[in-house]
Amino acid sequence: MAVNTQSARKRNLLTFKWSAWLGWQMESNWADPFLFMTYSIAKPIAGSLILVVMYSIIAALGGGTQVGMFHYMYVSNAFFMYVGQVLFGVAQIVHDDREHFQTMRYIYISPSSYFSYMIGRSVSKLVITTFAVVITLAFGVFMLNIPLEIFAVNWLLFLVIMLIGILCIMAFGLALAGVSFLTAKHQGGMNEGIAGLFYLFCGVVFPVSILPAWGMAFAKILPITYWLELVRRTLDLGVGMDSTLAAASTPYCLAILCLSTLVFSVLAVAIFKVGDTVARKKGLIDMTTAY
Amino acid sequence: MRFEEFRKPSWAVMNMRAVFGRAYPRIIGVNRELSWVFFETVLPLLGVAGYVFIYKALEAPPQYIGYVIIGGAMTAYWMNVLWSMAAQMYWEKEMGNLELYLIAPISRMSVLGGMALGGMFSSSVRAVSTIVVGMVVFGISLSLPDPLMFSGIFIFTMIALYGMGMMFASLYMLWGREAWHMSSLFTEPIYLVSGFYFPVKGFASMLGNPGTWIAAGASIIPITLGLDGMRQCLYPGTMDGFLPLWVELVILVFLSFLFMALAKYSLAYMENLGKREGRLTMRWQ
Repeated sequence: MAVNTQSARKRNLLTFKWSAWLGWQMESNWADPFLFMTYSIAKPIAGSLILVVMYSIIAALGGGTQVGMFHYMYVSNAFFMYVGQVLFGVAQIVHDDREHFQTMRYIYISPSSYFSYMIGRSVSKLVITTFAVVITLAFGVFMLNIPLEIFAVNWLLFLVIMLIGILCIMAFGLALAGVSFLTAKHQGGMNEGIAGLFYLFCGVVFPVSILPAWGMAFAKILPITYWLELVRRTLDLGVGMDSTLAAASTPYCLAILCLSTLVFSVLAVAIFKVGDTVARKKGLIDMTTAY
Repeated sequence: MRFEEFRKPSWAVMNMRAVFGRAYPRIIGVNRELSWVFFETVLPLLGVAGYVFIYKALEAPPQYIGYVIIGGAMTAYWMNVLWSMAAQMYWEKEMGNLELYLIAPISRMSVLGGMALGGMFSSSVRAVSTIVVGMVVFGISLSLPDPLMFSGIFIFTMIALYGMGMMFASLYMLWGREAWHMSSLFTEPIYLVSGFYFPVKGFASMLGNPGTWIAAGASIIPITLGLDGMRQCLYPGTMDGFLPLWVELVILVFLSFLFMALAKYSLAYMENLGKREGRLTMRWQ
């Protein structure tokens, strides 16, 4: 039995390694490196510039704009890319494999675990998103005077926060993948929708305190709210703009983030497994829904 | 009935049937797959609400919330044009339907026209939902003193926009994964230059002359002037319009003819190129 367990672990590691490589190839080898680089930069920069233009127009009209609010919006929006890209990217793998490439059935009948395969595939999304976040932050620092003091940042704490935050986002992605096993092909709607949910309730581009009371209560149970607050605190950008978590200390926010990540991770794995089992029972593994 | 007795339908009837036949699964598909209604109609409203709260946080004038709601409603059409028009030929090729379209005795434009009509139906469901939520939840008030002008702007925006989608569809026909990535690339950058969440005139007030040129350049995308025109119609007298309404209407009429003609030409050209290079049946590139 011990030999079997070890070989299963080894097999999962191999699946993870090669699916990560496959994911990278699928993301990047459709274009030459220059075009791929342009593509990777244009999208996130454009997303951030929408906020810059909105802020500038209202500032020109004499609205209630503060420079701290701009830093808050810009930095949170940059890190929110992880939610949009990684979360949706993980869920999209199900539809890609099932409907587009129609390879899901072959992966299922191979000795690989689909779960390990999914985790491996999501790594490439993570790498590309990290590149986009770095570019967006650099654009903000050099072009928009975002005062990021890189030598004043507690990088160790920042790395811990990023690690937990990304684990949490991937957990949400796995839960969504579990749901995707049972649903038709959704492209823009699912991406916009689930990302929109977090965009609205996690204090990404406006303080949570603007939301109605029930919205604030909902925001406080979402780990992404704490993750973004901790990111802003460690980078010392846009701090104090949101009164909702102002009284909460950094260790408290970190503890809540860890706990909620753990709870959501367990829940996400359960949803994934249920989705997978039901899809196999109902014969949805090779479903195609093209309209 | 013997084969000799079978009356061949006229060219027009066959093409009308093709339009109806291609629109049918899109309209019926929405009703059959109920999860689609939730994902495509309800969830995207949350992102739009996010932009509304940004303006609330910035204490923007109230009409800006209306601008976001109108822009959010129009994203439904842009997403539909990108993913269900432009990229559709790529999907059809992947699924093996493209060769069936090509051997059928119908105009390719009828197939694309059917896709456009079916797509407009599902997008309109989402767009109307966004407007209703905007009015009920955020209390926006819209006035329509000139419904004729509004209808003209909307109809010609749709014709030009879906004409553009048809043109893209022919270009995407020969692409592999580039199609997916290009559609993805045309999301946020187009939201930015076309002013989905702010009046496009904002570029001019922010950057001066270069801003005016950005707005003018973005006007080649029909939704830029369509959005601006609709905002001017629904919020008369707010001085946020880029060009006079009648100028925008004339440009949209011109763009409608231009994109329809370009779609027909590029479809024929790309089909011919695809046949010569043997790329019409290539899959999983």
